Amino acid sequence: MRMGILAALAAAAIATYMLAGANGNWGFVLPFRGAKLAAMLLVAFAIAVSTVLFQAITHNRILTPSVMGFDALYILIQALMVLGMGINPAQGEERQTVQFLVEVAAMTGFACLLFWGVFNGAAHSLHLMLLMGIVFGLLFRSLSSLVVRLIDPNEFAYLQDRMFASFSAIETGLLWACALAIGLASAIAWRLRRSYDVLALGRDVAVNLGVPYRRTVMATLVAVSVMVAVSTALVGPVLFFGLLVSNLAYVTMGSDRHRWLVPAAVLWAVIFLVGGQALLERILKLNATISIAIEFAGGLLFLLLVTRRKQS
Amino acid sequence: MSHLAEPAPASGGAATAAVRRPASHGWLALVLAVALILSLLSISIGAGDFSFAGLVAGTDTQAWQLFAVSRLPRTVALLLAGMALAVAGLIMQMLVRNRFVEPSTAGTIESATLGILVVMLLAPDTPVLGKMLVATAFAMVGTLAFLGLLRRIPLRSPYLVPLVGLILGGVVQAVTTFFAVRHDMLQTLHAWTVGDFSGVLRGRYELLWIGFGLAGAAYLAADRFTVAGMGQQFTTNLGLDYRKLTLAGLLIVSAIASVVVVTAGSIPFLGLIVPNIVSLLFGDNMRRSVPWVALLGGVFVLACDIAGRLVAYPYEIPIGTVVGIVGSVLFLVLLLRGRRAA
Repeated sequence: MRMGILAALAAAAIATYMLAGANGNWGFVLPFRGAKLAAMLLVAFAIAVSTVLFQAITHNRILTPSVMGFDALYILIQALMVLGMGINPAQGEERQTVQFLVEVAAMTGFACLLFWGVFNGAAHSLHLMLLMGIVFGLLFRSLSSLVVRLIDPNEFAYLQDRMFASFSAIETGLLWACALAIGLASAIAWRLRRSYDVLALGRDVAVNLGVPYRRTVMATLVAVSVMVAVSTALVGPVLFFGLLVSNLAYVTMGSDRHRWLVPAAVLWAVIFLVGGQALLERILKLNATISIAIEFAGGLLFLLLVTRRKQS
Repeated sequence: MSHLAEPAPASGGAATAAVRRPASHGWLALVLAVALILSLLSISIGAGDFSFAGLVAGTDTQAWQLFAVSRLPRTVALLLAGMALAVAGLIMQMLVRNRFVEPSTAGTIESATLGILVVMLLAPDTPVLGKMLVATAFAMVGTLAFLGLLRRIPLRSPYLVPLVGLILGGVVQAVTTFFAVRHDMLQTLHAWTVGDFSGVLRGRYELLWIGFGLAGAAYLAADRFTVAGMGQQFTTNLGLDYRKLTLAGLLIVSAIASVVVVTAGSIPFLGLIVPNIVSLLFGDNMRRSVPWVALLGGVFVLACDIAGRLVAYPYEIPIGTVVGIVGSVLFLVLLLRGRRAA
């Protein structure tokens, strides 16, 4: 029932986005908006699924991949790629795709290293882990701007743009590669779908109930890294979007079953992203502000969640 | 009550001072020497032709002009900003009683930035001093909001305090970005929020002396801030006005942060790193550590600026970026250290 309402809202958002203010020029409007819509759906899916899964394997509801600095890490890898290989951003689609795949692979490796090497050791204090994640994010961001400064000015402008989230100027050139990556990551998560309800109960309980803990967490982390890479490649870093949609899903579904939580989070993400974009861009004519609105609302929600939570 | 409470910290402080005094003289000489060397280095680096020989001979008027208009002001500005920011961090840590607090982890810097943006939008012709005063007011409000938020948290984990401050800063920054985007000022905003001393010339940095003066005032009132850090009841017990002390401390911190943001942009984590290093070396007696914190703050900023100027010579990496990297690495080290100690 609740899922039905969410689905209807999401469909309404999509319809508004596709149809509002088109002035009858359908031949141009539909493919143009269709590509953007596809990109937004991919991003919504990637952020929502990666956040809910990440929260399942870390068994708490405040941590998200982007708060732990994964987005910033991807931006840094992108900048390093441009520095190391001198790749021209205005290149053909094929090379861009190859570059993207290399970046995703590097991202997955580093994200797993970061997670196991540092955060796992700090797991006894949630606040310490959050703080370290945010400081890592700041470190990666500073390193990216250092790298960006070392590259010559043309590419500086290109990369500088990528360091800030933008939903109105989505890179649609990478859609196919992104869809493929998302498909593979989802396949991993789908195979492990029965473990997440148990994993969310905590490490000891999960091990006790027969989940191969280390392997499952590792595989999920790979899927999460790929999804973060995709969403960051398409729209740039968004710190609190995952937190917002996952917590909305927890509140609205009132269930701990991931078979309901994951779709609900995806639908919320679609409603926010596509609906918000339709509202701001088409109706209020405010461009490039949805990412700011998300940061603002998400930041307040984060403060609320962090300060409310009793210390364990 | 006050009888019992008073002697303990005083005698403890005297004892450590007596034990550590011989060692600290050596340290002092060392740090002063490093500061001098770095200053000379900072003066000698740059794209223009410059040599100390020409300067001393007095024949080279161009070198003299370069020295007086650009190189010396930049070096002095770096020292002043570093000293003031490090002391500001120390005061905040005393008042909030948390080792991880400083203007960039308490929403202070972001609030000051919002203030400057508001001035630029509403009254673009305001002189720098006016901008600074408005920024100070905004910074003060932001920091008070941060403290108010902390008071609502029942159980304080030491890590929760900077976490709340960082996110609060992010929320304030989202508001700033929103207005900047609306008025097409995003590029400008990014250009001046990253700390950068390359634009410092004679006549454009003198405001930093205010920051230095405030840091000096903080030194004179150091003992009082130490007392205020012990809590409201303890402070009142010793006959001091807790509210006034806290507000005065916050005013100093906000003004220092605003002065630096107005003249150079933000330099993150400086006020966190330096006092923590000093505290590891010399303990927590504030009156004794203020000069050390100031000196090391100046040295740290100078070193980072020199590094930023040399990495991509003759181009420059802004100091905000350099300190962002060095500072966040050191912050992470401090966090991991604290974890092991706990």
